[in-house]
This record gives sequence, C-alpha cells and structure tokens, in this order.
Amino acid sequence: MTLMTKFLGAAAAAALSAGAALADPALIYDLGGKFDKSFNEAAYGGAERWAEETGGSYKDIEMQSEAQREQALRRFAEAGFNPVVTTGFSFSTPIAAVAGDYPDTKFVTIDGYVDPEEHPNVKSILFSEHEGSYLVGMMAAMASDSGTVGFVGGMDIPLIRKFACGYAQGVKAVNPDAEVIANMTGTTPAAWNDPVKGSELAKAQIGQGADVIYAAAGGTGLGVLQTAADEGILSIGVDSNQNHLHPGKVLTSMLKRVDNAVYESMTAGADLEAGVEVLGLAEDGVGVAMDEHNADLVTDEMTTAVEDAKAQIAAGEISVHDYSSDDSCPALTF
Amino acid sequence: MTDTAPAIELKGISKAFGPVQANKDISIRVMPGTIHGIIGENGAGKSTLMSILYGFYKADKGEVFINGTRTEIPDSQAAISAGIGMVFQHFKLVENFTVVENVILGAEDGFQLRPSIAKARKSLKQLAEEYELNVDPDAKIENLSVGHQQRVEILKALYRQADILILDEPTGVLTPAEADHLFRILDNLRNEGKTIILITHKLREIMEYTDTVSVMRRGEMTATVRTAETSTEELAELMVGRKVLLRVDKKPAQPKQVVLSVKDLRVTDSAGVERIKGVSFDIRAGEIYGIAGVAGNGQSELMEVLGGMQAGTGTITMNGEEIDLTGRYSDGQSRRARSIGHVPEDRQDEGLILDFTAWENMVFGYHRDPDWAAGPLMNNAGIVQEAEGKMQRFDVRPPNPHLTAKNFSGGNQQKIVLAREIERNPDLLLVGQPTRGVDIGAIEFIHQEIIRLRDEGKAILLVSVELDEIMSLSDRIAVMFDGRLMGERDPAEANERELGLLMAGISEEPDKPAWKAVDENLDAIEHGEAPKHG
Amino acid sequence: MDKMPAWADVVLIPLISLLLAAILSAVVILAIGESPVEAFNLMVDGALMRSSGWGYTLYYATNFIFTGLAVAVAFHARMFNIGGEGQAMLGGLGVALACLYVPWPHWTLAMLGSTLGAAAFGAAWALIPAYLQARRGSHIVITTIMFNFIAAALLNYLLIGVLKPTGSMEPASAKFDPSFALPTFQQMFSSADAPLFRGAPANVSFFLALAACLFVWLLIWRSRLGYEIRAYGWSQTGAKYAGISGTRIIIISMLISGGLAGLMAVNTTQGEAERLILNSTEGAGFIGIAVALMGRNHPFGVLLAAILFGFLYQGGAELALWTNIPRELIVVIQALVILFTGALDNMVRMPLERIFLALRRKES
Repeated sequence: MTLMTKFLGAAAAAALSAGAALADPALIYDLGGKFDKSFNEAAYGGAERWAEETGGSYKDIEMQSEAQREQALRRFAEAGFNPVVTTGFSFSTPIAAVAGDYPDTKFVTIDGYVDPEEHPNVKSILFSEHEGSYLVGMMAAMASDSGTVGFVGGMDIPLIRKFACGYAQGVKAVNPDAEVIANMTGTTPAAWNDPVKGSELAKAQIGQGADVIYAAAGGTGLGVLQTAADEGILSIGVDSNQNHLHPGKVLTSMLKRVDNAVYESMTAGADLEAGVEVLGLAEDGVGVAMDEHNADLVTDEMTTAVEDAKAQIAAGEISVHDYSSDDSCPALTF
Repeated sequence: MTDTAPAIELKGISKAFGPVQANKDISIRVMPGTIHGIIGENGAGKSTLMSILYGFYKADKGEVFINGTRTEIPDSQAAISAGIGMVFQHFKLVENFTVVENVILGAEDGFQLRPSIAKARKSLKQLAEEYELNVDPDAKIENLSVGHQQRVEILKALYRQADILILDEPTGVLTPAEADHLFRILDNLRNEGKTIILITHKLREIMEYTDTVSVMRRGEMTATVRTAETSTEELAELMVGRKVLLRVDKKPAQPKQVVLSVKDLRVTDSAGVERIKGVSFDIRAGEIYGIAGVAGNGQSELMEVLGGMQAGTGTITMNGEEIDLTGRYSDGQSRRARSIGHVPEDRQDEGLILDFTAWENMVFGYHRDPDWAAGPLMNNAGIVQEAEGKMQRFDVRPPNPHLTAKNFSGGNQQKIVLAREIERNPDLLLVGQPTRGVDIGAIEFIHQEIIRLRDEGKAILLVSVELDEIMSLSDRIAVMFDGRLMGERDPAEANERELGLLMAGISEEPDKPAWKAVDENLDAIEHGEAPKHG
Repeated sequence: MDKMPAWADVVLIPLISLLLAAILSAVVILAIGESPVEAFNLMVDGALMRSSGWGYTLYYATNFIFTGLAVAVAFHARMFNIGGEGQAMLGGLGVALACLYVPWPHWTLAMLGSTLGAAAFGAAWALIPAYLQARRGSHIVITTIMFNFIAAALLNYLLIGVLKPTGSMEPASAKFDPSFALPTFQQMFSSADAPLFRGAPANVSFFLALAACLFVWLLIWRSRLGYEIRAYGWSQTGAKYAGISGTRIIIISMLISGGLAGLMAVNTTQGEAERLILNSTEGAGFIGIAVALMGRNHPFGVLLAAILFGFLYQGGAELALWTNIPRELIVVIQALVILFTGALDNMVRMPLERIFLALRRKES
C-alpha cells in the first residue's frame, strides 16, 4: 500500500510538473489527431488564442483508441480540469456516460449532442453546416459555366452528407437544372487524410464537366484544391479559411468556427452555461469566407444573393433541409 | 610412395557438441592417388569429420595437413582453395538452373556471365572426355536423373580444381548400373592422381573399390587397414563392436490364402502423367513380396495407393473385400480399419511427425482409436504407458516416450514407426525402404521383425531400392520399371545382374555393357521418349 | 539435441527482447527531451498501481487474449490468420444483432446470445478464406487481409445505413438495452467503502477470455482434433499418411480461429461501448499476431503477452495524458516491443543459443 501511495504521489507530481493547475481547462481531440488540418486543428487554434490572450494554460490530449475517450474524460475530471472541451461527435456518448459521476465539472461536446435535461453539466455545441454549405452552393452555381459542380467528401458519414446535401440545395436554388456530382473519398478514417485520392476524385469530376468543386474532406481536401488550381477551375474550401492556399483559384471557404466555440468555452471557464447551442449563420458559427484572395472571383451579384439568402435563412423564410434529421436529401442522392 | 607427403593428414582431431563427443582424437593419413573409404554406423562421426575437413565446423583440437603443409580451414571457401571438393548426400544444386549455370555458380570470373559460361562449357567438354563424365551442359537440373545430378556435383568440384574429392554416401540413390558407372569415374580420377574419400555404410563398395579403409565407431577411429587385407565380416564387427549376422536367417515361406489382390492398377499424378501403368499381383498370408527398382519408377505411388494416400483406378481387394480407390483423405483411416499397416518410405516426412514426442507418434494414424479416448479428449496417460512398452519391446534408444522424435537417430525413428505398425498386428504390412539411412545394428533387428511378422502368417509388401535387402528378405521378387512390373523372380534363382538389368528396363542384351544401356534409357526418359524395352 | 533449455526459450528470450525494446524506447524518449524514468513510472503507475488502471489494462488484455488465441490456433495448423481484425468486426455485428433484436430477460442470457453471435459471425467470416485456401489454394494471408477491408466496408455500410438510428450523427448502432450491460469489475468487486476499478471498462468477459484460454489448451494439447491440427501443421504429407483430411483441418481450425477473434467483440461491443461502433477493433486483430508470437502460440503465453500489451496500451494512454510525448511516439514504443519480441526474435535467440552451447561445453 505504501508503494502505491508513493507512486500516486509521483504521478501527481508528474501531473503538476506537466503544467496543470486546478481549474485549468482541458481539450480532448478526436481520433483524427491534433494536426488534422480540419476541425481538430481549428480547435487547437482556438485554445492557443485563448492561452495567448489570457496567459492561462490548458491541457490537451489526442485519442488513440475508443476506450480511451471515457478514460481521458474521467482522468481529467478527477484531476480537476474544468471545463473539459471535446471535439467530434464521438464524444457525446462517453460524456453522457461520465458526466453524472462528476457533477462539478463542465463538459463541452463540439459537434456532439447530449441531452441537457439528463446531464445539466454538459454543453453541446452544434453547427448548421448545411446552411453554410447552402450559401457556398449558391456561389458555386453562379460561378459555374458548365452547369455542373462537384462535391468531394471525406469519410462517408452522415455529417459529411449533411454538408453535401446543403450544398446541393444551394446549387439547385440558383440553377434548378444544374448537376451536382458528389463523391466520398472512403469509408474509413483514412479518408480524412488522402490528398492523392482527393486529387483523383477532383480530376474525375472535372472530366465529367465540373468546374467548381467543394471539398469537405479534411486533409484530403488539400489535394482537391491543388488539382482544381492546377486544372484551372475553382474550388471551395472548408472549416477554416482556405482561400489563401491558392489565391484567385479558391472561390470561397465554408467557415465552421470551431475555434470560436473552443475559445468561448475556455473563456467562460467553470461558469460555462450548460445546454445546447446551435451555431448557425445568425451566430456567425458558419459562414462564407470573403477576403482579398477571392475578391476578384466574387461578383456583386453573388454577394447580394448570399446576403439575401443569409437573411432569409435567419428569418426562417428559407429552410435548408438537414440531412441528419431524417437521413435523406431532397436535392441529392448518394 | 613412401616419400610423397600424404594428400590429407589429420592429427588428433576432436570435436564436441555439448556433452556429445562427435570426434575423439582422430588421426588419419590418405596418400594421393588412392581411394580411401570411411565406414561406420550412423552417428559414428563420419559426417562431422568431413565437415571439419570442408570447413563447416571448427575442430576443438587437432591439425589438418594438406599435401604436407599445415592448413587452417575456417570455411568452405578455404577448403575449395585448398583443393578439396565435396559431393553431398543431398545435392546442393539449383533445380531450375542448367548444368553449366550450376557449375559456375559461386565461381564466376567477372561481372559478366557470358565469358564464364563459355569457359565452363569448354572445360566441361574436356572433363567429360577425360573421365566419362557425360552430361548435357544445357539441361536443367530438374530434368536430370539422380545419377546425372551427381555427376554435376562432381563436375562442380573438378571445375574448381579439386584434387581431393569427398563423396558422402554417393550410391544411396543410384541403380547398381549407375553405381558401377560412378565407380568407373572414380577409378579414372584416381588414375589421374586425384585423391578420393568415400563415406559409405555399404561394405560391398568398400571391399570392391577402395585401397584403404578406416572404420569409425562412436566418434573414434577404431581401425585403418588396407582393404586387401581385411574382410567384410571383420569390418562389420569393427563397425558395430560385435559379431553381426550379415545374411538374414529365415525359414522357407509357407504361403496361405491370398490377402491382397491388385488388378490392373493405374495411377495418374496431379500433373497428368501416368505413374503406374497397369499393375497386377497377389500377396498371400505368410509371404514377403519384394518390389525392387530404381526410385521413381512407380513404387512410391503403389505404396501410396495401397496406403490410401493417393487415388487410382483398377481393383484392389483386401481379404476378399474391394477397397475404395477414389483417394479421399479419410482413406488412410479406412485402410487401417481394414488391417493394413503402413511403414512409409519417408519416415521423417510421412511416418512420423518429427516435432511430436515419441508417445504422440506411437498413435499417429491410430489416434482416433477408441482405445485412446478419454471422453472427448485423448487418453494421454494411457498412450504414454503403451508407448513405453512398445519402445522397450523394439529396443528404441533412449526409451523415453517424452523425447521429441527428431532427437532420435534414424534407426530409432524407424523402430518407432515399425513398433507402431507391427504391434497393431496387421494382416498386411506395407514396408517402404525399411532400412534407408539406418545403421547395421538396427538393420539386423528390423529385418528380423519383418520376418517374424511373416512367420506369424501375415502378408508383407516390401519396397526397397536396396537390392541386397530385397534379395535377402523376399519370398518372391518383382522389379518395377516405368510404372510396370517387369516380371517375377524367385530369389533363390535370381542374380543381382539380372535384376539390375530389369531395374533399368532391359530384359537381356548381352553385347552391350549394362551401364551404357541404362544411360541410354535414362536419357530417353529425361527427354520424354518412351524407354526402349529390351 | 535442443540447443537451449525450455525455460530460456519461454522466459529469457521474451524478457531480453523486452529489455532491448525498453532501452531503445528510453533513447527515443530522451531524444525528445523527456525523462524515460518518469515516463516509465507514469506507465507503471497508471497501468498497474491502481485498480482502475488494472481495469483498463485487463480490458485491453481481454481483447488481445481473444485475438492472440485466434492467431495461435490457426498457426498450429500453419495457417497465418491475418484476418482477426475483420473477424472481430463481424463478431461485433453478431453481438449487435443479438443485443438489438432479441429481448433477453437477463444480461447472462444476453451474454450467452452475444457470445454465440460473435463466435458465429467471426467464424463465418473466416470460413470463406478457409474454404478458398482448402479448395482453391488461395493463400490465406492474402485472403484474410483482404477480408479485413471487406469487413470494414460492410460495417461502414451497415452503420451508416441500416443500423444507425435516424437522426444520429455517429456511424454507430443504437445503444443496447441497459439491462444487457455486462457487469464491470467495478460492479463486481467494489464495495461502498472500498471502491475498486472505478470507471474502468474491464468486465466479466475477461473471464470468458480465461475460459477461452483453457478451451484452447484442451483443444490443442488434449483433444484428437488438436492432435490432428498440430500433426497437419507440422507435416502435411504426414497428415495425409495418417488419413487426416487437410481440407477439414484448414476449415475447422480457421472456424475456431475466426470464432475466437469474433469473441473479442463481446468485450468491446457489449462490455464497453454497449453499441456497435465503427472502429471498435482498433487494430487488436493485428496485435493478436504479436501476442501469439510472443506467447509461443501457447494459451498461457498468450495470456501473459496479452497482459503485457494491455499494460503497454494503458501505460501509453497515461503517457499521452500526463506528458508531452506525442501519441505517435507511443505508437513507436509499442511498435518497438512488437519488433523485438516478434520480428527480431532471432536476433536475441541466436547469440543466446551460442552462450548456452558455450556454457554446456564448459560443463562437460
């Protein structure tokens, strides 16, 4: 027993020396890893911004296995981190399992949903990706000469279909006759990081006449953007502003402000308000990226149309169908 | 001769493997231009001694002199440059290379192959003329007969300028005629001044072809004598350490009812080649039916069909009941159920599982016998007990049933197989190559056991490439050649020469030397032509 | 003559291999500016010095026991079953179907049902490669590894479509009925004043794994079938001589192997996640190869090796939690262990054999 306490002490010391203090926030990335060039990295960016601005410190960890999710949540909660922020919908189930045991700790699930009635210490942050995708879909249809636009998804999961479905609806809203070619890169997590395959898919879509391609595929999307630039057609980035990657070749980017969600959760600290928050167009949780890199590509007509649609969606006059609500899409078949 | 230095002189060579003393203080002198035989039982240390000479092992103690100068041989490369060539029992040839390619392998001159090949071709031609070492330089090894492959091994050594040639059990795989040819080649080599060391366990070869002979027993050199001054009996006694019965002592057979009847058996192998081309014979209770022949003429397939390892067509009846020949996997079991025991030709690959213990091997093939069951499991304790008894009765050494089969010597492995099959008391025992690689002491025992079974009124089918064995054990002899039985002989009337010709597919052709006819026929087979039947 | 005593083969070689792997890992950790001693302390502390750590170690070990046994059984017939991953995925499907569509009255019955389902689905997934090997000669390594991909694609299809509850974002099945949840070690061994295994996923299926070890031992070393499997594995011609059907041995041993791999899903799917998720196997099928190799294909060795790998997994998680050692390096450390215990076996074995020979010579 003495040996055990000794080791426990050593562990605690190690934990402290690693720079953790009580009530620091913690951030847990999903299996994709910290530097996935997608939303895990955006979350990291938000946390860094918070640390820089407040001078505070936080603890983060990357997942290696499914069973580790619950373990990490528990260990962080036990060590006194608050709030514990997680990225990726896969955390909603483990958080639901763990939250009850640590009522004093606040948990945040970004992209996930945990019933606030059952777990009053959990905050779910969701994004209306379909709405943002709708807007870039409109821009794609307006920029397209051929009337054919493409979509390259990462791993074939409902979330990505939600992107694709919103995009297709936006395209059809502008040009009902337009054709949307949608491809998923793969069915395993490797599909998030396969730029070569992304490039192949982009080429195939170009071969079928697409002249604007929207990539919602993490690292795979970089291959799509590259190929689109090489082949002289337009592309649309995702999650963070990717316009600068190929100035003048990326029509726009569908922004998903995971960084803001992390930043604000950390700023609120232990006083974080639990519940469900959906960040849509109105909250600037999603949006289209306009900057000097794509200024020449975006016509006034596009700007007006996007602004109008944005207002109409916010007012509820346009309802963009959410794929994940019923696993079906009126504008696109997969 | 007295003034010349010996071609090889070993002084006080000792070598131990752990607690086993493989060579103990061995000294030997071999004069140039002689054939020196080394004879001894398996495990006597012959191969270890030659491996030291060829640089595979390093001696713990002792010195090696080549042509009078002390020579260190740390590896085989050093042995080759000292002029030593070795022909192994199992050839070390690349099967899908041609003869020339094999000859130059490891002795190429430069980066480019072409000049080496041209040079080798020229020297092969020369060697062939000098020593009757005829081989087609462009034939692939896999298409050559065993005898020809052996010649390639000799050519390889000679091409590397070997003056001393070591041959390890060279005649084990040859027909008598091929063996004769080999010895004529060796004779030619000796006349050219080459020195030859011949390792064998066949006393006849020693007596006929060597100038001097050394006998080894349990790691020691028990004697070195001039061949002319010794006798077969003396050598055998020196080898085994006691008097040995070289002739098998047996009463005349008393055949009774027909046990096995084979009619028009045909077997086609997986490549579509017909290996057995209509064979018919009967075996009666109380007799040994011996089938002689050069390996590869269908004997193996015959044993496999009878043992249930291969499919065939025709009719086989066992004790009057017809046997299923469709070649299902379960046939091995159903043959045993019909009281057919099977001592397979290849005990290491078929008759035993070398990585099983002796007791596990004692029920191999009979492991589904209800006697050995304990509910859903095997009655291991019972099997061990039974195995102990069988090992004692068959004098398996060491009599430890928990020892892994691969740790027994060849003779003792064979005794394990025989104990298993004979103790089942089968009506028919198939015995393939019962004494291949088995030492003289064990051969005697194995032969006695086979005859004892015959005298108990069992039928025995004996297949062996050792003509001596067939002649001394069998009550009737048939020779198999190219998938056919070449007629039956009474062992009392048959002579070795006649059988040897039958083994080569020749009935009678007195003008031609036998070996030449054999060569022609083998060549014909290699080239896919039908062999000439005399 | 055996070159080494058996204990050296079974104990000394793995230990030395482990030591080498540990030394090299320490160098790696030093190179990135962390303290290897502290890292080791963290791993030991997190994995072995508290009951919840053991709870994770044994949870991972349970997976590795099943997949290790699967590889070992197939290997006794000289079948190299690389498909444990896919077979375990299908096992998960079996568990999910049993738990989603049958209203079991009690968790024990649910566990029985899911055990049968997991074994049946895992075995069925191994059957096709086994049949192709036995009848068509298609190499089992190639077919099983391809079947891993097919299994992943199949599960993906089912979890995105058929099995996913409507509206759910995750590619996962619905939660199983809570009454089917397997008792965890926490529930089994904790009392109010002595909480043990808090929150750890280790559950009653660990005992199922122990039972599987016993089963495999009886099967391989005590049964007629095991005798035939080993005989076929050592010598195919020998098996033919003895009337042992190669087709039968290949198919039966692969069925057992696939069934064992499938059983892993009882632990992950019913025991831990309580629903079928996309990547529940997480490479355990491949770890099983290393476990079997290190455990010398003996159930007891597999058990020990599985616990070692469980320790590495849990200790690695602790390292990721409390140090700045990136997870890629933790994978490197695990890979080093596999490399030394598996692939580089001879590197340790051969010098050791020489040492033993030399020692023996001195004695004599």
